[in-house]
Amino acid sequence: MLRIPCPHCGERDYTEFRYGGDASKTRPAHDERDVRAWHDHVFVFTNPRGPHREYWQHVQGCRQWLILERDTATNAVGTARLARDGTPA
Amino acid sequence: MTERYSALALARHALTGARWPRAWRRADPKPHYDVVIIGGGGHGLATAYYLAKNHRVTRVAVLERAVIGSGNVGRNTTLVRSNYLLDGNTQFFEHSLRLWEGLSHELNFNVMLSQRGQIVLAHGPSQLDVLARKGNVMRLNGIDAELLDRGEVERLLPYLDFSERARFPIHGGLLQRRAGTVRHDAVAWGYARAASELGVDIIEHCEVTGFLREGDRVIGVETSRGRIGADRTAISVAGHTSQVAALAGLRVPVESHLLQAFVTEPIKPFVDHVISFGAELFYISQSDKGGLVFGGHIDGFNSYTQRGQFPKVQTVAECAVALIPSISRLRLLRHWAGIQDMTPDGSPFIGRTPLRDLYLNGGWCYQGFKATPAAGWCFAHTIAHAEAHPLIEHFSLERFLDGNGYDEYGLGNWTYRQ
Repeated sequence: MLRIPCPHCGERDYTEFRYGGDASKTRPAHDERDVRAWHDHVFVFTNPRGPHREYWQHVQGCRQWLILERDTATNAVGTARLARDGTPA
Repeated sequence: MTERYSALALARHALTGARWPRAWRRADPKPHYDVVIIGGGGHGLATAYYLAKNHRVTRVAVLERAVIGSGNVGRNTTLVRSNYLLDGNTQFFEHSLRLWEGLSHELNFNVMLSQRGQIVLAHGPSQLDVLARKGNVMRLNGIDAELLDRGEVERLLPYLDFSERARFPIHGGLLQRRAGTVRHDAVAWGYARAASELGVDIIEHCEVTGFLREGDRVIGVETSRGRIGADRTAISVAGHTSQVAALAGLRVPVESHLLQAFVTEPIKPFVDHVISFGAELFYISQSDKGGLVFGGHIDGFNSYTQRGQFPKVQTVAECAVALIPSISRLRLLRHWAGIQDMTPDGSPFIGRTPLRDLYLNGGWCYQGFKATPAAGWCFAHTIAHAEAHPLIEHFSLERFLDGNGYDEYGLGNWTYRQ
């Protein structure tokens, strides 16, 4: 069972969370007119085998969006922090 | 020269005790090929076979990182069918089913096609209307389809939950009699043997580590067994499409997710058909050994672990019992997970890539196994003629750019966002 360390609620089963996908993507600027930039943002995935930074929402807990570090090759979970605090470089 | 398999050959070997020759030739890499196919799974081997058979391209190598057939071709639930709704899918999967029907003779290898019929269940009147529409589309395309009412389903499948207390009452179903199951390992072995016979080099334990480039043209691959030049290079590595494409500097609309499958302890013949639940994604059949084989949805987040999460085991078991209450005390013998390419619209990519002479076949979501013969057939055509086969034009890598997403079921990797 994948267990996610929620900063508010402690370590919980992943079934309490909703998965939100890759958190390392940057949304194009709102006035971006290049279709390919939007295409790449919406449809294309880096899909790494290894470290992955991703969104999870604790829907059955504090309802906060988190950013979790997880290794997709092993499912080993690293730290989780609040998404609203922003993504460090 | 491979020995032809027949009843006579079987009798001869039984009487003389002569050893059977190796089914296919173990090859070492040559410096250059007309076509190099990366990935020795069902699709890669089928592509090699049809390149040699249909297009007389015989200087072909299939490179496999591990051993052939060790990926998803041996990890699926072995179902074949052609009950698709969207124009394009209907014809493509029917082409595949027709190839399945002749495959044992074509390859001189028994792939044990069992056309036991598949029934998709409807649990409400509107769902039955949807199935009626799909059945009509199939029949207009010359594909067999029969709409069943509740009584007809009960006559065929009396062991389903037809009680007053059924969580999902059964209103009817859509039967495709020509659908069924195939012995999946035999598909890899059969295509490998037949391709090898036509001169294709199958090279195991040969991992691709990079692409040789000349400007925007791919001229071969760098492998763990040295450089191999190629006029054309084809990627057929579903599950790891992103990794291999990244070696060529490409990013693709694919995420790798886990799909689990399950087998119970063997029981006497009981489930005579393939049954698809209509209330959840769940499908069940019985193997020749007697085990009930079933599967469900992807786990829901991208992973390469090949180990499924336990809550999905519970969900799938709940589906099984909601559908067939009498199997509630069967024990699960095994469950396993395959790494599956998931695409945003749930449809695959076959065709050219932005790089010249590099071709891609991947993103098969839930449908890779049943598509094996047609995917190989069409991919071989695409490689040989440097343009997409008409049956796969709608599976282009660039389709989202033009707003032409091709969504049959809504089963892409975005289920987690619904």
